[in-house]
Amino acid sequence: MTATNPKAVDTAATDPGPTGAPAVRTPPPPAAGSAFGWWLADSWTMTRRELSRWARHPGQVLVNLAFPVMMLLMFALFIGGSMTVAGGGDYAEFLVPGMFVVTMAFGLEGTMTAISRDLERGVVDRFRSMPMAPSALLVGRGVADMLDSAAGLLVMVGAGLLIGWQWNGSFPAALAAVGLLLLLRFAMLWCGIWLGLVVGRPELVTAVQILVWPVAFTSSAFASTEAMPGWLRVIAEWNPLSATATAVRELFGNPGAAGTSWPTENAVLLAVLWPLLLLSVACPAAAARFRRLNR
Amino acid sequence: MNGNGPAIRAQGLRRTYGSTRALDGLDMTVARGSVHAVLGPNGSGKTTLVRTLATLLRVREGRAEVAGFDVTDRPRDVRRRIGLLGQHAAVDEELSGRQNLELFGRLYHLGGRRAAARADELLERFGIADTGRRAVGTYSGGMRRRLDLAASLIVEPEVLFLDEPTTGLDPRGRTEVWESVRSLVGGGTTVLLTTQYLEEADQLADRISVLDHGRVIAEGTSDQLKAELGGDRIDVVVRDAGQLAGVAELLAGITGDAAGVETDTDTRRISAPVADRMSALNRLVRSLHDHGVEAEDVSVRRPTLDEVFMHLTGDMKEEVPQ
Repeated sequence: MTATNPKAVDTAATDPGPTGAPAVRTPPPPAAGSAFGWWLADSWTMTRRELSRWARHPGQVLVNLAFPVMMLLMFALFIGGSMTVAGGGDYAEFLVPGMFVVTMAFGLEGTMTAISRDLERGVVDRFRSMPMAPSALLVGRGVADMLDSAAGLLVMVGAGLLIGWQWNGSFPAALAAVGLLLLLRFAMLWCGIWLGLVVGRPELVTAVQILVWPVAFTSSAFASTEAMPGWLRVIAEWNPLSATATAVRELFGNPGAAGTSWPTENAVLLAVLWPLLLLSVACPAAAARFRRLNR
Repeated sequence: MNGNGPAIRAQGLRRTYGSTRALDGLDMTVARGSVHAVLGPNGSGKTTLVRTLATLLRVREGRAEVAGFDVTDRPRDVRRRIGLLGQHAAVDEELSGRQNLELFGRLYHLGGRRAAARADELLERFGIADTGRRAVGTYSGGMRRRLDLAASLIVEPEVLFLDEPTTGLDPRGRTEVWESVRSLVGGGTTVLLTTQYLEEADQLADRISVLDHGRVIAEGTSDQLKAELGGDRIDVVVRDAGQLAGVAELLAGITGDAAGVETDTDTRRISAPVADRMSALNRLVRSLHDHGVEAEDVSVRRPTLDEVFMHLTGDMKEEVPQ
């Protein structure tokens, strides 16, 4: 640097460093009005972080996509023969929408694991010590997980079609069904972020991984609630997973949507309300927890 | 830079976790462009201090300024000027070293092309260019740490925090990281590093703050801290352990400070602080000769930082007072 050079103060100017390479100095703050643009850019960068992770580990992605397909095939081929659907109908047509719901619900684990891993490894700390929008960390995670789940749903639709599932309703109704499934996933996303921030250690995720099974089984995802004992049946009918499962069956025109109980008759309404209720709890709780990391 | 004040100024920082005082009225000033070591055992408050200065923990009591900005009022201004190397390598193991650095470059809004160029430049500078495209999971501990260090230097920070940068590394990895840290000095970056290794503070730092139970119990250059223990020390190793007591008495007579004489029976070594090293050495050698004591070794040396640390923290259990 020569003496005539104005000293770079508080700018992003690139002075030639001692080695001749451009030294990068203090980045400028976002200009007024562009803060939103920076937030978008940060969020997209964080999303790309996840996407490039998939690109490097396609095998892992395939395993994650194959797991629900395997579950679907096991239920349809091994158990399906002895299952009857209340109100009549083909078990495969009943099962496939239920498996869609389970696939969305189990996305909770993935979100939770990723968040707690970043927290434990100090990645969250590093991002928080940088001049980026802290919420971009959560947004990037959210966008990537939703893309992941949408891809998972697409694969499951394909697998469902292969074992004889089809939708009998209208196209708009089918779109509405997909919308309800993704809404459930969105609620699970925020529950996952919240729980991940609370536990902070990936090992504890195992406990949740075990607990999701009884929750999934205490619903109409795999079997009609009609055959369950009275008290269990009430719980199962009110389970948010049942609401989405029954609503999706109704919209796809699949068997198993009929029923006389209130939650069954109002399944579509509940399939909207339940995720919204979960979101109204998990979203503020996750945000508060994230802000409290500096306590 | 903002003003010409110190790079770091902490005043009366206090923070408790339950009944544990992590920071107990900590004061510290770090001059710009210097390397400052915070030395202390586990639980002395080192990490809490770094996390507070790096805006990760809210200041509960006291004040802290980094790069001229108050960490409570202007955290974003602070974040634009610091780099943080935490205790864990905060890089993505599934991604390559280059991808990690590009990611951080984008978060500093360098733009895709400059982020890529900066990533290559840093990989080169830290000697990990040839492994830049491999997943970080396959890196050695030292390489991972250097990548981590590179990530905190995407934009040359005014203040760089290194929280126990070599903990868990083998000697080779430690040397690698030391060399990398030394290469930063001279670029104008202020470095605050925490360590439990006295040797590390001695090797890297201009000044050392010794931390114990959340307070600074001593501060100064390595030489000043050593001088606090009474400057030079004289060591005598005798052949026959039976002569230890006699030699200790001789040494006390020469230094005039019986309390300062330390005897280690296992190594048959007697050690004492001396004011005038050459005169003490002369008198001791003559005295040993006069009394017919056979010494295996007589030497004058500076105290080690271990001795300084034990002295300061009052942890003298290992030594047998005479």
